[in-house]
Amino acid sequence: MEIDRRRLLGASALGVGAGAAGAGLGFLTGRQQPAATAQPQPDTSGLNGAQIEPFYGAHQSGVETIPQAHAMFVSLTRKDDTDVTRLIRMLKLLTDDAALMTQGAAPLADTEPELNERPARLTVTFGFARGLVELAGSQHVPGWLGPLPAFGIDRLEDRLCRGDLLLQVCGDDPFTIAHAVRMLLKDARAFMDVAWSRSSFRRSYGSDPQGTTTRNLFGQVDGTANPGPGSEDFARLVWGKTLGQASPVFSARGEPPLDLAADYPEWLRGGTSLVLRDIDMNLATWDEADRPAREFSIGRDLKKGAPMTGTEEHDIPDLEATDDKGFTIISPASHVARSRNNAAPEQQIFRRVYNYHSVPDAADAATGPTGSAIVGKTGLMFASYQASVERQFLPIQKRLDEVDLLNQWTAPIGSTVWAIPPGAAEGEYIGQALFES
Amino acid sequence: MKKTIAFRTAAAASALGLALTLAACGGTDGTDASTEAGGTDAQQDEAVTAESALTLEDGWVKAVDKDHGMTAVFGTLKNSSDQDIHFTGAESSVAGMAELHETVEDNSGSTKMQEKEGGFVIPAGGELKLEPGGDHIMLMKLKEGIEPGAEVTTTLKTDAGDLDVTVPAKEFAGAQEEYDQGDGSDMDHGDMDHGDHDGHDHGDEEDGHDH
Repeated sequence: MEIDRRRLLGASALGVGAGAAGAGLGFLTGRQQPAATAQPQPDTSGLNGAQIEPFYGAHQSGVETIPQAHAMFVSLTRKDDTDVTRLIRMLKLLTDDAALMTQGAAPLADTEPELNERPARLTVTFGFARGLVELAGSQHVPGWLGPLPAFGIDRLEDRLCRGDLLLQVCGDDPFTIAHAVRMLLKDARAFMDVAWSRSSFRRSYGSDPQGTTTRNLFGQVDGTANPGPGSEDFARLVWGKTLGQASPVFSARGEPPLDLAADYPEWLRGGTSLVLRDIDMNLATWDEADRPAREFSIGRDLKKGAPMTGTEEHDIPDLEATDDKGFTIISPASHVARSRNNAAPEQQIFRRVYNYHSVPDAADAATGPTGSAIVGKTGLMFASYQASVERQFLPIQKRLDEVDLLNQWTAPIGSTVWAIPPGAAEGEYIGQALFES
Repeated sequence: MKKTIAFRTAAAASALGLALTLAACGGTDGTDASTEAGGTDAQQDEAVTAESALTLEDGWVKAVDKDHGMTAVFGTLKNSSDQDIHFTGAESSVAGMAELHETVEDNSGSTKMQEKEGGFVIPAGGELKLEPGGDHIMLMKLKEGIEPGAEVTTTLKTDAGDLDVTVPAKEFAGAQEEYDQGDGSDMDHGDMDHGDHDGHDHGDEEDGHDH
């Protein structure tokens, strides 16, 4: 079952073209997109292993890219002797590795070159934390790049809040991801140490029709309010730019402003920000909540993710509607009510979440509130992309920190903030405009 | 297919900031191409030069500490001309000495590295693969360590003139055999204990790399 490499590389050349010509169009290549309402169907477009996402382009892939089934997040800290000269060497090596592996080709000195033959929409997205950007000079550091303010709900572990360089490696095939991460780390290890990593997942490729909003391991439909990839909303909210359409259509949340990335330093234009929260989900106590309580806490039903005031997932929550006793149908303390501010269209984020789960062994055994053994450590890698941390992410997070019924079962245990540099053109490395400015 | 190869190479080289259109030294620095051939009987066509005909694709060198003393350059040498090119030797400013090596099976059935007498012929329109466990360019008596991501320039000497190639250094656990110099001079490093690799020892040419 050899993949036709001509087809792979031909398609990749197409993808590069699309990325360069129109930012973020990469996700349209290679596969038709069924409507969100499509019924599950067998994939007739060929082997998914052959599917590729562009590497080069105005933006890095892995943000506007339709979320792949698997993600590995690896956070690395700089070794003391990794100065700018060495850092550039590393970024060249890693860019080169990523540019090749995402297109189904072996990087230099790969001892298992065959493992690159099924890219399965592999993407490698680089994030720079404050510690890395400072190396280039403090004048290049955006004010928001650094730890978030402390929140009352935080249960942060120091280890999970560290990192100078993030590698977000996504793909539909965890086999491919394992090899890609290995190759990247073999080139990074001379310069960096791994602070933490998380292997995480959504539904497997082909389980859901494309366009289906994912669920988290609480069973909730997670991400209904996301701006759609390719939309004007997305361009403004994530990249801080406009697509320049004649009559753009906005979501019911209203028209986001055009200036959300106005304070970006020059090197970051075309990039975005990522707030990555590692959120522990306490399924042992969640088990105590019966279905009505669960739905009340979210403000949506669990079956479809429809707001309590509607019947379908994408119905617009009516936060004012009351029942015959005069109470709002959607509790003002519910997650939906607290996270949504209809008066502030800039207060939207793009969440690209992945779940993780492990089973404690006897050495880690613990009992839950009812005295029964805890059978899983479960969590969510809450990857929130937005042009402005301060104007988009923080107002929402502050409200949720004050009141959110969902907080009973969730606790952030890791928190990192990343600048996501723009994409590279062929011949460039990721971050070149920063370190050679 | 040529196009796809070109894409791959361009991607590899460009991100690493390497020029694949490499400068040739032959004929311009006083070393005439015909004398470089070392008296071989290779037929020369004035139009064919290493500069115009040869490219090193996917080239890299193994990153090493200075203490290791040796490393090797790998990649695929492609000859786009219609004439064979005789690859006779190499030199690099980072190394006191460079040799062309091959891997051969000895009488006991194990493999060993040895200098390739007379060098390699890169056939017209063909290629020579330089890879760990196979043919390679040995850089010896290193003057400095080669750090990961650093770039190393090596001059390839051919009967069609010289060609400078610049390749990035990659951390690589394999390709260990070339450190077995066999003359004992570099064998006292704890991390280079290749006692179980006797088959790779240059035992029958004790000072083969030390001249």
